[in-house]
Amino acid sequence: MSIFEYNGSALVAMVGKNCFAIASDRRLGVQLQTIATDFQRISKIHDRLFLGLSGLATDAQTLYQRLVFRHKLYQLREERDMKPETFANLVSALLYEKRFGPYFCQPVIAGLGDEDKPFICTMDSIGAKELAKDFVVAGTASESLYGACESMFKEDMEPDELFETVSQALLSSVDRDCLSGWGGHVYVVTPTEVKERILKGRMD
Amino acid sequence: MKLDTSGLESAEPVWATFNELADGFSAAPSFELPNTTDFDGFQKEAIQMVKPAKGTTTLAFIFKEGVMVAADSRASMGGYISSQSVKKIIEINPYMLGTMAGGAADCQFWHRNLGIKCRLHELANKRRISVTGASKLLANILYSYRGMGLSVGTMIAGWDETGPGLYYVDSEGGRLKGMRFSVGSGSPYAYGVLDSGYRYDMSVEEAAELARRAIYHATFRDGASGGVASVYHVGPNGWKKLSGDDVGELHYKYYPVMPSTVEQEMVEVAGA
Repeated sequence: MSIFEYNGSALVAMVGKNCFAIASDRRLGVQLQTIATDFQRISKIHDRLFLGLSGLATDAQTLYQRLVFRHKLYQLREERDMKPETFANLVSALLYEKRFGPYFCQPVIAGLGDEDKPFICTMDSIGAKELAKDFVVAGTASESLYGACESMFKEDMEPDELFETVSQALLSSVDRDCLSGWGGHVYVVTPTEVKERILKGRMD
Repeated sequence: MKLDTSGLESAEPVWATFNELADGFSAAPSFELPNTTDFDGFQKEAIQMVKPAKGTTTLAFIFKEGVMVAADSRASMGGYISSQSVKKIIEINPYMLGTMAGGAADCQFWHRNLGIKCRLHELANKRRISVTGASKLLANILYSYRGMGLSVGTMIAGWDETGPGLYYVDSEGGRLKGMRFSVGSGSPYAYGVLDSGYRYDMSVEEAAELARRAIYHATFRDGASGGVASVYHVGPNGWKKLSGDDVGELHYKYYPVMPSTVEQEMVEVAGA
């Protein structure tokens, strides 16, 4: 079994009209054994920028700490928050630093840029960026997520509909994956507010 | 090359014919073996190709009122869940049940085969086969295929003239008699619940609830188990399916989500 699948994860980000949603499952396992069902894979970088890290949990936490550290240094120097594009470049650079001994993570970055333009992107474990206009997925349930998102996504959704779509896509995808699920965690970000919701899901 | 399995048949074919067309039917039944110099290597590759339905939780135990048998219903291929509605408790005859863990095809085929042999025994001897006898029939077949890649982990549970019976039989040739068994990737979790909650003098309701809870806890912890928790009871009058609960709903029945409590209410100060 691949080291990317050791802990199990499911991550998805979707774009709406002047807003975006990012969602993950809540399971932390050791292969087939479920250890925790309240694990955090998505973290807030600042009010309009979120980062999800799928893959090996220990690397996700280490990488998160390094990224927060670098972002804080940036804030002190520039006296402003990082733009999502800039942050994506930072993540990519940090990942490529470890080209021959990578972090076993696949990040998903979602944020609101200038003029509230939503930005989503994903990367492989050594920092190759993949920008998308509609949705990005990562983790052990990524195949099912592609299928669900491909069929459920619509352009220019309002925040409420976006939340419904992303939640349904996540919950139905993890029901086809042994290694992810056990509830969901959804953030819907609009220019004025961040809505965080915990989803009830199948606990098997 | 052919593997002759005629020795396993309990009855000779009753029809005798010289018709060439019927030769295929009257010939001794046999399985074709692959024509290869490296049999073990070929076998290993072939097993890797067809290996679904690995993760499972099944359990069975004897108590005062008979035998309780329970199982989950998930079939997985690697990390992918290929079905959430598999029948893992196989009804051999109205007095005997078999459980399925390991290869789905191997379990289904050999349990069906066992069902035939049990019926034949019944017709020849005018009485039902004992659980001991039936489990030994299966164990002997599986032993004759030992090392050829069969994957079966099963429990044979039933009621015969001596009362309740329970045996564990596997494709390595093992056959154990016992009061309490659990088989599959979720079995350690099921044993945990079963061992701590088991009493011989339980009522049928208590035993069914224990079995259900054991399966539920196994599906919660084990990624390869899930779906529906089915519970069967075998008593003096044969088996009966007691329940089939969706584990997704069972979790919130056992652990209802409490609305988050307000830590401290604001109260108006009197006379302010």
